[in-house]
Amino acid sequence: MTAGERRLLIQRVAFSTLGLATALTVLPIILIVGVIAWKGMPALAPSFLFEAPRDGLRAGGIWPALVGTVYLTVGTGLIAVPVGLAAAIYLSEYARETFFTRAIRIAIINLAGIPSVVYGLFGLALFVLFLKLGTSIVAASLTLSIMTLPVIISTAEEALRAVPQSFRLVSQGMGGTKWQTIRRIVLPQALPGILTGVILGLERAAGETAPILFTGAALFLPQLPRSIFDETMALPYHLFVISTQVPGMPVKVQFGTALVLLVFVLSMNVLATFIRSYHRRRRQW
Amino acid sequence: MVIAPGSASAPALEPKIEIENLRVCYGAEPPALDGITLTVPARQITVFFGPAGGGKSTLLRTINRLNDLVDGARTEGRVRLDGEDILGPEVDITRLRRRIGIVFALPVPLPMSIRRNLWYGLELAGERSRRVLDEAMEKALSAAALWDEVKDRLDEPAIALSGGQQQRLCLARVLALEPEVIMLDEPSSGLDPISTAKVEASLQELKQQYTVIIVPSSVQQASRLADWAGFFLQGELVEWASGRELFLAPKDRRTEDYLTGRFG
Repeated sequence: MTAGERRLLIQRVAFSTLGLATALTVLPIILIVGVIAWKGMPALAPSFLFEAPRDGLRAGGIWPALVGTVYLTVGTGLIAVPVGLAAAIYLSEYARETFFTRAIRIAIINLAGIPSVVYGLFGLALFVLFLKLGTSIVAASLTLSIMTLPVIISTAEEALRAVPQSFRLVSQGMGGTKWQTIRRIVLPQALPGILTGVILGLERAAGETAPILFTGAALFLPQLPRSIFDETMALPYHLFVISTQVPGMPVKVQFGTALVLLVFVLSMNVLATFIRSYHRRRRQW
Repeated sequence: MVIAPGSASAPALEPKIEIENLRVCYGAEPPALDGITLTVPARQITVFFGPAGGGKSTLLRTINRLNDLVDGARTEGRVRLDGEDILGPEVDITRLRRRIGIVFALPVPLPMSIRRNLWYGLELAGERSRRVLDEAMEKALSAAALWDEVKDRLDEPAIALSGGQQQRLCLARVLALEPEVIMLDEPSSGLDPISTAKVEASLQELKQQYTVIIVPSSVQQASRLADWAGFFLQGELVEWASGRELFLAPKDRRTEDYLTGRFG
């Protein structure tokens, strides 16, 4: 084999290895979606979506869990979005670089690394017991909010910082106040990026089990919650229960539930991707 | 008050901006400007020129307080607009910036339509009437020699304009606020000669009504435009005189060396 042939062979092997590694990362996603869709499809019927579970969760549908997850996601958004956005605006537009703000940033990054079950325990101690909110939609939403905040704050701050500094200078150079500049220029320009971060954060909240385990998720409630101080069923916890806690559970119910949760979360993902690419094409800078 | 030290022939001019012993520092660095004393006359074109790093842009940004936005900027001395101090903490900065408009070296169209760009400053000031906004827009675009080129496409994004048009848009945007002073920081640094000529022609018109301060992008532009000129070198005002005197018979050796191209 000549030196040239040898180099060509090495190159072929290297390319094939890299390609294989890439294929390996895609494979699980295809398999997960494929298997869940394959095994879950038979369960999907209007009655599965819109009825409460029966016969010790073995029959009926998932309506209370589906509605509960929507409630928890909306509740988390109502709390985490205003707080996270305000914090991001403060950090990006008002705070000067000091020891204090650096410490806040480090805290936010570390907050994102805390295991979700720890958030659950924290939520139990603070919201359920100390603040006496009980196991409820509020307590669970608050717990999920704290978990979601770091994602929202850091993506929103990034989106705000990506808006060119020159826009701020021009606006303030024409007699705009800092707030006018933020409201009329910076926020609208950063909005697609902020929305993407918000959706990604909420998507994670929608799929989490551990944080709501001790703070508001109920094993079985045939009725929909009537107030924010009620407990609620939720899709991820329901899936956990029917997969591990109920003997003789029909497989198609398990996979049907997983499929609904997956579609719920993935459709938020698709929405985020759509918003991002739509606005990137329209962006004027 | 002395408008041009050493020029007895200067006609009586109304002072617009009086700068006295101004010193500006950024952090611990040596002062960006030191010992600056001069008076900008009303309704004239005043030129600040010199090599990079001389403090010209700093001076512009001090006059309308944009330096306030820079962390660690410290300003000492006096700057008065129509006799009123404008460096004090109690000055209404947003009003000041409406009275003293600035156009930057690189044109920055705001990410909106041409029309919205022109409305922007007035909307910030609280103007709501569409009629008033549109009238101000047309007047400002005409004064910046842009109206004929954009009147049929006012609702298109401003970013779609050419570089020269963008620069005139930025000028028009400032004019729409009807400021008293217009400052331009190297307004034609990125422009072709035709666009530059258009901008310069509108400046000659504008000085009938406004006080114009310009940091030119070349010595040639400085000499074309200057009624009054200051030569800045490393934070110092080397020479300050009427444009004719300074460009035809500079008194300071350093000015002469710069004008004849011995450095720069």
